[in-house]
Amino acid sequence: MTSVAIARYGAGNVRSVELAVGRLGAEVVDDLGDADLAVLPGVGSARSAMEGLGPAADVLRERHARGRAILGICLGLQLALDESAEDGGVAGLGIVPGRAVRLESERVPRIGWATVDPGGDAYWFAHSYEAVTDSTVATSEGHAAIVEHGSFVGVQFHPEKSGAAGLRFLERCLSRV
Amino acid sequence: MPLPRLIPCLDVAGGRVVKGVRFQELRDVGDPVELGAAYSDGGADELVFLDISATLSSSAAAVGVAARVAEHVTIPFTFGGGIRTVVDATALLEAGADKISVNSAALARPELISELARSLGSQAVVVAIDTERGRVRSHAATRDAARGTVEWARECEARGAGELLVTSIDRDGTQDGYDLEQLSALRDAVSLPVIASGGAGNAGHVAAALEVAQAALLASILHENPARLVSLRDELRDLGVPLRDAA
Repeated sequence: MTSVAIARYGAGNVRSVELAVGRLGAEVVDDLGDADLAVLPGVGSARSAMEGLGPAADVLRERHARGRAILGICLGLQLALDESAEDGGVAGLGIVPGRAVRLESERVPRIGWATVDPGGDAYWFAHSYEAVTDSTVATSEGHAAIVEHGSFVGVQFHPEKSGAAGLRFLERCLSRV
Repeated sequence: MPLPRLIPCLDVAGGRVVKGVRFQELRDVGDPVELGAAYSDGGADELVFLDISATLSSSAAAVGVAARVAEHVTIPFTFGGGIRTVVDATALLEAGADKISVNSAALARPELISELARSLGSQAVVVAIDTERGRVRSHAATRDAARGTVEWARECEARGAGELLVTSIDRDGTQDGYDLEQLSALRDAVSLPVIASGGAGNAGHVAAALEVAQAALLASILHENPARLVSLRDELRDLGVPLRDAA
């Protein structure tokens, strides 16, 4: 059985991630360093998230250096970058070269379902910042949607809240570890 | 822009879904989890649960409903009703809700919006505005809030709200069509997503609202019947509204 550890630092969507990976038959465990997949969830602000992560930040960096799989979701993707422009500038984990910048969009926050290409499935987004990185492998309306760098995969959308398409995405993540 | 959203709204009282016309004459129409899951299966883009009994808060019960919904529904949902503090809101998000909605409590103490946005992120903070003839109503629309609707919308945005859920009180439950004039004024006044509510009677009404707003809240038009959502989506597609393929 695939084991999944979720970084717990006060992010609001931990429960939803836990329920989603549980639906797919994965076992949720506590050990962020040794689980088959570590998930860095995240809703909220970059500064409070980095403060909340504390020692988990180093565990995640070490995991990435060892080539173990990490999935960053929404703010979890943005935290993996070098820095975020949020709150006047916040240093990130530095796992993925790049930065998070204020979203340029007609309506901000950008909330709702949008198509991700390549692939063509629609997923649910809710964000005010976006990743700018050469590691972007899929986009949605010109914004980074999926980022891959070594063993890190980051998604700007919320697969745990994206119905059947989201569960299929998570299943692919679990099958790769 | 993301795709236009259809959001069934379930008014909850005492742990049951209820329906009333113009906030009056409540009747029991089902279980929130069963109805929510059925709407999700029927292609809803999000769900909104408004606990209309929560003015004298039953916050533990609300958290219980949110937790049960999260276990059975894999699309985003908003929970509103009786939220007065960051602690109330955090408990709902931790139970699995994606956004919370505040109304009278934000009118009474607008700093609440700023506190919620700082703690939860703007994307999780919906401010519900009940409006009638350009004025805001509070306390389930029973009182005049002594504010202009556009002025209040701008203050909500400045304080960090992430979305506005705008209900036209004089249209609510009437099925006479959304108040497009009010919605257009709000669209032009703020850059937040706007969810239109109150007055949907047919697919044409919904399509017209989605020309102006980013999402349409659906209540009376569905008659608490998830099959109606499926047929409404087909009618909207025929009218050229680019809805999500929910398969």
